[in-house]
Amino acid sequence: MGYSLDFGWLAGAVGAIARGAATTILLIVVTTFVGTLLSVLGAAGRRNGPLLLKRAIGVYVEVMRNTPFLVQLFFIFFGLPSLGIRLDPILAAMLAMTLNMAAYTIEIVGAGLDAVPRGQTEAALALGLRPRQVFVKIVLPQALKVIYPALTSQVVIMMLESAVVSQIAVRELTYEADMLQARTFRAFETYFVVTMVYLALSMGLRRLLVSGGRQVLGAGVS
Amino acid sequence: MIEFTFWDILRNLLLAARWTVLLSLAAFVGGALVGLVVLFFRIAKNKWSRRIASGYIALFQGTPLLMQLFLMFFGLPMLGLRIEPWTAAALGLTFFASAYLAEIWRSGVAALPQGQWDAGASLGLHYLQELRLIILPQAFSITRAPTVGFLVQLIKSTALTSIIGFEELVRASNAINNATFEPFKVYGLVALIFFVMCFPLTQYARTLEQRAAAH
Repeated sequence: MGYSLDFGWLAGAVGAIARGAATTILLIVVTTFVGTLLSVLGAAGRRNGPLLLKRAIGVYVEVMRNTPFLVQLFFIFFGLPSLGIRLDPILAAMLAMTLNMAAYTIEIVGAGLDAVPRGQTEAALALGLRPRQVFVKIVLPQALKVIYPALTSQVVIMMLESAVVSQIAVRELTYEADMLQARTFRAFETYFVVTMVYLALSMGLRRLLVSGGRQVLGAGVS
Repeated sequence: MIEFTFWDILRNLLLAARWTVLLSLAAFVGGALVGLVVLFFRIAKNKWSRRIASGYIALFQGTPLLMQLFLMFFGLPMLGLRIEPWTAAALGLTFFASAYLAEIWRSGVAALPQGQWDAGASLGLHYLQELRLIILPQAFSITRAPTVGFLVQLIKSTALTSIIGFEELVRASNAINNATFEPFKVYGLVALIFFVMCFPLTQYARTLEQRAAAH
């Protein structure tokens, strides 16, 4: 028996694929901003906060890093309602992605903060800057520059991982692919096309982050 | 209706966890073997061989694992093989792991000074002997920490095979959750079981990393 590939369905599916890709992009944009903000707070808290906070952040990082994202997602979407917290699929997905990414980026940002020489803080304090100003204006920009490549990799990994949120019926790219293949009975072709869309998204995202990083953080960012 | 006690839930989850462990091992061993082949292509002298291997690695690192599993699951039958979640899961994860392991080991090969190759050549070793006796042992040894780190990632990735119908821990937990309506407890336990499997390895990778940094 021969199986012949058929891409005839593609013309009618462009809209659905584009809509799905737009949702995937929305998810990763929100996750990147909130996740990075959280991880800066987390990394700062892990270094300078009270002991209890340091411990709590440490436990959070280990738990998130040593359990699958899919299980975290199910726990948040199916488990939290029994505590009275009921979330929309898309909100649950954003929450799960943000919390997951922050666990990885807290470690990355922390490594960046450690890489800034102590003398920078001392010099800024000697110039009369307040501790918060020292952190925001002196230490953080230098740290971000060091860790930027690692941060961009994490964003791309998270974007690829977001395919999983189709399992709680968020209408992103994978969800649209599931719907398309159920309608066209062309599973292999559908997933092939969508895989290529993901490849283009991840390559485009990486390019965008690198060139954007150069503009904001200055030269030397790869 | 059958009542599930806490121990029933835990026992069933642990029984299913055996498949998670088995799949992780199969994918790690398979991935190491295929990854070794990819590594040979990746560090070969021929430009096209290097390009093909880079493309292979970029393809697997630039697309979601879930899509790779779907393509396996729906693509294998086109080659005349029977669809079985186990085959698709094991093969999909093997190829996924091979790309990552090849890239990790390549970084180890790249980190070795050129003098290692030259010394091998001056001793009259040919290319394969150089690789086998001098280059690869050192490359594996300096990349032990990221290799263990990837194993953790691989164990967590097996969760995705539940979506193509492989009966591992997460799929079993979905079934148990549908019977007990206790998602908080069930998924909490699943997370705990994964944590118990992954955390020691994470710690081991960290120790290896610190030991490497101390040298």
